[in-house]
Amino acid sequence: MTEATLSLQGVSRSFGPIEVLHAISIALAPGRVHALIGENGAGKSTTMKILAGYQPPSSGAVLLDGKPVTFASVGAAEAAGISMIHQEFNLADHLSVEENIFLGRELKRGPFLDKAAMRAKARALLDRLQCRVDTDRPISSLSNSDKQMVEIARALSRETRVLIMDEPTAVLTRAETAILIEQVRALRAAGTAVLFTSHKLDEVKEIADDLTIMRDGQVIWSGPAAAMDEHGMAEAMVGREMSTLYPPKDSQPGEVVLEISGLDVPGFAHDISLTLRAGEILGIAGLIGSGRTETFEGLAGLRPATGQVRIKGQPVTIRHPWQALERGLCYLTEDRKSRGLLLQKGMRENLTLQALHKFSHGLLDTGAEEAALDQAIRDFDIRGSREVTVGHLSGGNQQKLLFARTMLSEPEIIVIDEPTRGIDIGTKQQMYEFIRHLARRGRAIVVISSEMQEVIGLSDRVLVMRQGRIAGELTGANTTEEAIVRLAMGIGQAAPELAPEKELTE
Amino acid sequence: MSVAASPARKLQMSVIGPILALVILVIAGALMNPNFLGLDNITNVLARSAFIGIIAVGMTFVITSGGLDLSVGSMAAFVAGLMILVMNTLLPKMGVGVPIVLVGMAVALGAGIIAGLINGLLITRLGIEAFIVTLGSMGIYRSLVTWLADGGTLSLDFGLRSFYQPVYYGGIFGITWPIIVFALVVILGEVLMRKTAFGRHCAAIGSNDQVARYASVRVARVRLLTYVMLGGLVGIAVIMYVPRLGSASSATGLLWELEAIAAVIIGGTALKGGFGRVWGTVVGVLILVLIGNLLNLTDYVSPYLNGAIQGAIIILAVVLQRGSKAGQ
Repeated sequence: MTEATLSLQGVSRSFGPIEVLHAISIALAPGRVHALIGENGAGKSTTMKILAGYQPPSSGAVLLDGKPVTFASVGAAEAAGISMIHQEFNLADHLSVEENIFLGRELKRGPFLDKAAMRAKARALLDRLQCRVDTDRPISSLSNSDKQMVEIARALSRETRVLIMDEPTAVLTRAETAILIEQVRALRAAGTAVLFTSHKLDEVKEIADDLTIMRDGQVIWSGPAAAMDEHGMAEAMVGREMSTLYPPKDSQPGEVVLEISGLDVPGFAHDISLTLRAGEILGIAGLIGSGRTETFEGLAGLRPATGQVRIKGQPVTIRHPWQALERGLCYLTEDRKSRGLLLQKGMRENLTLQALHKFSHGLLDTGAEEAALDQAIRDFDIRGSREVTVGHLSGGNQQKLLFARTMLSEPEIIVIDEPTRGIDIGTKQQMYEFIRHLARRGRAIVVISSEMQEVIGLSDRVLVMRQGRIAGELTGANTTEEAIVRLAMGIGQAAPELAPEKELTE
Repeated sequence: MSVAASPARKLQMSVIGPILALVILVIAGALMNPNFLGLDNITNVLARSAFIGIIAVGMTFVITSGGLDLSVGSMAAFVAGLMILVMNTLLPKMGVGVPIVLVGMAVALGAGIIAGLINGLLITRLGIEAFIVTLGSMGIYRSLVTWLADGGTLSLDFGLRSFYQPVYYGGIFGITWPIIVFALVVILGEVLMRKTAFGRHCAAIGSNDQVARYASVRVARVRLLTYVMLGGLVGIAVIMYVPRLGSASSATGLLWELEAIAAVIIGGTALKGGFGRVWGTVVGVLILVLIGNLLNLTDYVSPYLNGAIQGAIIILAVVLQRGSKAGQ
């Protein structure tokens, strides 16, 4: 193995009295892709931030080309050829692609900007990435994968030798992910050292050369990625045996509780008809942009929609989310950061927000709220200090809290959009068990998911959406990835990666 | 992973700030002028705080839920003008007495509530920015009162004024009515903000209205109610104000909206919404009024510089809030 470009040796990091990283060692070699995996809160982000110069280590050494270095700032690390791409893109939405690539390091001729040179250089960088996006377009008009490419182009414009990516594929579709993987391979061929994190173990298996697994602030396993299979990775991350990820489909479907016929959400979904029984988990599959989210937001009164809806046989009109809740219907958003939780507030305020009337007899009963929080922390295994604002909780704990909040208002019909996006495999297993448990107790559940394994593993029945319509229904043994892809793409037999994909904004 | 600042500690800093400023101001005042802490001066300061204070309590709810109301000053002038006009018109029929004053009060309260309702409906139903709606209504009410007064001053009939005056100057146990009403409004406001679902919903909406909406909170209704409540409080402030001078003109309530907003901000409520503190607003009002009072009582600084000092205090308050946030 060649000498490492950037490495950590026995690095620990403490925040106040709490040590969160315990003597981590990790080495990034040129021309190799290194995957860093672990549950939420295992210390991946802190490790990456130390590598990229965002935080100094409390003890231990950062080595660049074998020599110890201390980065005074992120700028110093970037000057040394280390770039980090964050999960939430760090791009100015209203500026153009070219302006973003050179933001802060604009090329100048005398006192004026050298637009021509920047445009040409931006074009060359994007061409290198086979990204055909126009350099004059504002960032806000780009798809997520193109934004990712712009971030990479910006990193390349700095002669990056080490590229660190925090969950680069979390928000990408399958087709976009395929493009990204291709680009990462190109970077590897050009000799860049790449580090990335992901919760999608199949991706890790696909592109990683080296693998480091973290748990509770320690490196649990490190070595060539080929030496470990996905099951082994999952077990090492969680630290216990993973019997089965999905709970048994053992709930008994009862009466029909929800009937939708001819639901139209203008611009997003047309003529949606479905029925849902108590105790049933209905999976909704389809590409991003196929109108899945919009359909159910329309149903829950979050978007204008027309059509007939019956709940327990009664025709209902739902124009506002609170009307939906009065009918026992609740939609859990996929976007927990900007639509799900009040990140600036504590757990208690967030937990009781949806069912505040239960705690209010004229005046709010804070004691009862605290008791409800105790209960929720126990029932849903929410970890983290109750003193901090929920913005500081890990993604998995945020999702559990959001789930607990919804359950507090006791809905009969629950639509859960992307129940496990960006959360680790141990928490995923818990979420699946919570969801199945609700079904066993007679709740009717809709799960919208982009992860096909999840839809198949969790649902009793699957509806596939394509371009705003229901393309088909799958039950029992027919529910396979291949069948879902065919319906989602509207094709006979083509391979999923090659199929054209219509990019709609969601 | 990031370090979580202890909220308890953070709260302490932002809690102490405005109170500390008020204490310093009171000590400075007492040192500069012995009359400053006299009962007469204290009563005077509190009574004068009452108008802005009552309005600022309502403004706290509007700002906490992410809104803004620039129209309250001219709304107060218009409501005062309307109240005087109605009372003068009814005088020949009803004569001087309690009934006519009650009618006048009802008109002021009703007009304030309706004005707030109009602002609120334009903002929540038509989805127009609060800044723009209330900038517009600010101009409309100011112009309407000028028109009602025909460019001059609307004066309450002299006999009626003498009868109504005790509402401002009178009181019980030496405490005048404006101070009593102000105190009641503050106590109710504080309870409403901290102890009820309505207050919690205001903070949730100001913090992130999408989250509130997805959590089935009736966002439009809560927002509308904050404007209606503010309008009603403007009406109450006018009821206390009219007996003081017995007149209204185009200069009535000038810049009240800015003083009310400034008091809210100085008190520690976030201008972007999401967090509000009624008692903080009271501290803010007292700071603003005390500065003016101090300048009048002492001759170190010209009273003409009152506005400049108030402005500096507002900016300083926001800088201090920023400072405590940057430590996160």
